[in-house]
Amino acid sequence: MRADLELIYDWVPEDARILDLGCGDGTLLAALARHKSVTGYGLEIDPEGISACLTKGVNVLEQNLDDGLGNFVDDACDLVIMTQALQVLRRPDTMLDEMLRVAPECIIAFPNFAYWKHRLHLTFRGRMPVSRSLPHAWYDTPNIHLSTFQDFAKLCRDKGVTIVDEAVGSAEHEGHWTSRLWPNLFGETAIFRVRRGR
Amino acid sequence: MSASFPSDSVGLVTPQTATFESPLALACGKTLERFELVYETYGMLNAERSNAVLICHALSGHHHAAGFHSADELKPGWWDAYIGPGKVIDTDRFFVVSLNNLGGCHGSTGPGSVDPQTSRQWGPTFPVMTVADWVHSQARLADRLGIERFAAVVGGSLGGMQAMQWTIAYPERVANAAVIAATPRLSAQNIAFNEVARQAIRSDPDFHDGWYADHGAIPKLGLKLARMIGHITYLSEHSMGSRFGRDLRSDQLNFGYDVEFQVESYLRHQGDTFSTRFDANTYLLMTKALDYFDPAGQYDGDLAAALAPADCPFLVVSFTTDWRFAPARSRELVNALLRAGKAVSYVNVDSPHGHDAFLLPNDQYESIFGSFMRRIDAELNGGTN
Repeated sequence: MRADLELIYDWVPEDARILDLGCGDGTLLAALARHKSVTGYGLEIDPEGISACLTKGVNVLEQNLDDGLGNFVDDACDLVIMTQALQVLRRPDTMLDEMLRVAPECIIAFPNFAYWKHRLHLTFRGRMPVSRSLPHAWYDTPNIHLSTFQDFAKLCRDKGVTIVDEAVGSAEHEGHWTSRLWPNLFGETAIFRVRRGR
Repeated sequence: MSASFPSDSVGLVTPQTATFESPLALACGKTLERFELVYETYGMLNAERSNAVLICHALSGHHHAAGFHSADELKPGWWDAYIGPGKVIDTDRFFVVSLNNLGGCHGSTGPGSVDPQTSRQWGPTFPVMTVADWVHSQARLADRLGIERFAAVVGGSLGGMQAMQWTIAYPERVANAAVIAATPRLSAQNIAFNEVARQAIRSDPDFHDGWYADHGAIPKLGLKLARMIGHITYLSEHSMGSRFGRDLRSDQLNFGYDVEFQVESYLRHQGDTFSTRFDANTYLLMTKALDYFDPAGQYDGDLAAALAPADCPFLVVSFTTDWRFAPARSRELVNALLRAGKAVSYVNVDSPHGHDAFLLPNDQYESIFGSFMRRIDAELNGGTN
């Protein structure tokens, strides 16, 4: 499993009802269902991801996140998870509201634009960063709302959302002392666990 | 299997008839004292009797869903693209049951059968059937075949409504349900189209208030018109446009009312063929069953409440250009299932073919439907994959 998914897996309580926004091939939901008796749904628009979910027995709905979560009632589930999708949304801020309407808690993982390699790329090459976590060129990237670890923390503060847990990870290692001390600089992927209200 | 059939065909199939001597109470208040169901099966029922898949047919469908009745048959069953060895509904893995519904005109008890009370054809006096009635009769057939629980109940269009009804009426007997190109209830527009079709049939002078058989007549014109209207709703504007456009049969306008445009020719041909192979009373009855279907009706329109008994994973599929039962209708069902906390997956398949898309080959449709069926098969065999 991807490093950010491993960490999220550990954060999800047993028997939780969850919604996974942009669930991909359903790896996380399938693992959670099997080992933590978690139930829920994944939302995905990629046809191959959807087929992979169906093969795994993961409930998957073809639904574009930009269309909102209007078909889910308030507190429809315990936890909403969204990995690597925040930055492609038209309005990440309203999605955060929607997620915290549908569940009291949510986990969000996204590429941290303030990662030191991205800074170096921009500073010394003077061009938009291209990296493992941001593999696209500026003209064909789906990432229209890139943000940093600190940007997201500020959004939560502004909205009165409580940050329960925060972490950064990279594909090689996570929780290294440098990233714990300076997550905004050394974290390649930012992961937040937030709760409704203060 | 004869070598003359394709290797992914179930090959030669022979319909069977099951006779039921105990009465079946119907929604209309009447009772069928005895009835017959014609059905076909493909594949082998396993020792645990757990691998049966029920196929529910649509408005003009029947039991012949796959394979060939004879070596001379030109076209295979109506869902042959999806049923067969190695296909989506894999007959090497599943035991497939496909029947002709009550009220049909392909061998099961219907308007063309003899009413034991009067010893003449039922004709227009055959009871109006509902989807719920069909499901009860299908459960009788399952009993007869020794199937306690279906691995999946599957259907497109009106067949999808039967799959839905199965999960409500017999939740313990359905392990999975696939509801394809269906709707939890008809819209006013849907009912309006059905009514025009019915009026076309009923106003045909050869209809004789439904007693046309007594007069040695067939209301061909009415059936033809009904089919032409129906057929327009099965196709999309795009599929009609790309197939016929404004093409003419000859290279000039004739300034008359004979067939000029290719689409006119096509519709007339469809109507003509249908009018000789389908029964008018059955057509009326099937459209009524469509109109009446509304499981939420008994729950103040609360579909989630109606679906509360359901206890199986659902696959709901719609098609982007289907305007008869548009994707929004499938989403109504999906959202009700979500509110009811049921296991459901939903895909809106990209297809230019309108409502008919559920019958036609389509890579995306085959991939998602196939993945759903393979998961069912994997679970039957003890693995979760």
